[in-house]
Amino acid sequence: MTKMQFLLSLHDKLTGLPRDEVEQRLNFYSEMIEDRMEEGLSEADAVAAAGSIDDIASQIKADIPLAKIVKEKIKPRKNRKGWQIALLAVGGLVWVPLLIAAAAVVVSLYVSVWALIASLWGVFAALVVCAFAVTVFGIAFAFSGNVYTGLAAMAAGMVCAGLGIFLFFGCREATKGAAWLTKKMVLAIKKIL
Amino acid sequence: MDIQLKRGLLDVCVLAAIQNEPSYGYKIIKDMKPYIELSESTLYTILKRLEATNMLTVQSAEHGGRLRKYYHITQNGIKRIAEFKEDWKEILSIYKFVMKGDGMHD
Repeated sequence: MTKMQFLLSLHDKLTGLPRDEVEQRLNFYSEMIEDRMEEGLSEADAVAAAGSIDDIASQIKADIPLAKIVKEKIKPRKNRKGWQIALLAVGGLVWVPLLIAAAAVVVSLYVSVWALIASLWGVFAALVVCAFAVTVFGIAFAFSGNVYTGLAAMAAGMVCAGLGIFLFFGCREATKGAAWLTKKMVLAIKKIL
Repeated sequence: MDIQLKRGLLDVCVLAAIQNEPSYGYKIIKDMKPYIELSESTLYTILKRLEATNMLTVQSAEHGGRLRKYYHITQNGIKRIAEFKEDWKEILSIYKFVMKGDGMHD
């Protein structure tokens, strides 16, 4: 593969990404290939040393923030012909609601996952507070004469503390899972865009 | 290795590669190769990050009939390397303690 073929192919894979970003990356790779050739490598070897185009494109997509990609997508393009604008307006009746629906699904997924995590931590916090409060009440009861009630309350406090400890590890793992899921979701959206 | 830690280390490695004289992308990768393998995409991301945090500046210069980008270290970049050297002393001392801890069981 020649340098030009490599750059054109990479350019195609990066369609839809911010133009200035793509241009800078292509210049970077072009310079690298030229430096390798200057060192004595053939053009084909210098291109091959850059690595797989698919891998490079995926890494570039992963590096660019999602907000920047979306901004580029919705940026109005200049020099559109009249019929193109008309077609966009008519087509817009279909794809705009679809796009809004898709965005709503993504946002609701994101919110519900993190709401679940927040509620899990909420339960954990409640258990900790309960464990502490019930134990204190238990001690107070025990010292004021209600020994059995006090002991029962302290036992309940212990149970809450035990459950809290178990839940802490569960919450921690669930948070890690949610973070992983969110990251995957963002990467998947970038691929679609 | 922890991603944040690795990112920080790679930043310092790239700064070290340009601390004595300005350098260019391919040479940075080549100079680092005996110590650490770095892909071009990774280097690009690091260089961008270092430029955004004013650790280095970029200047294009004519070379063999084409333009080549040279990366120059800034005062912030030099300071970052100095900080890393100081941090490393602390890390090394912690490492020694951890290793000593392994022997404590015997």
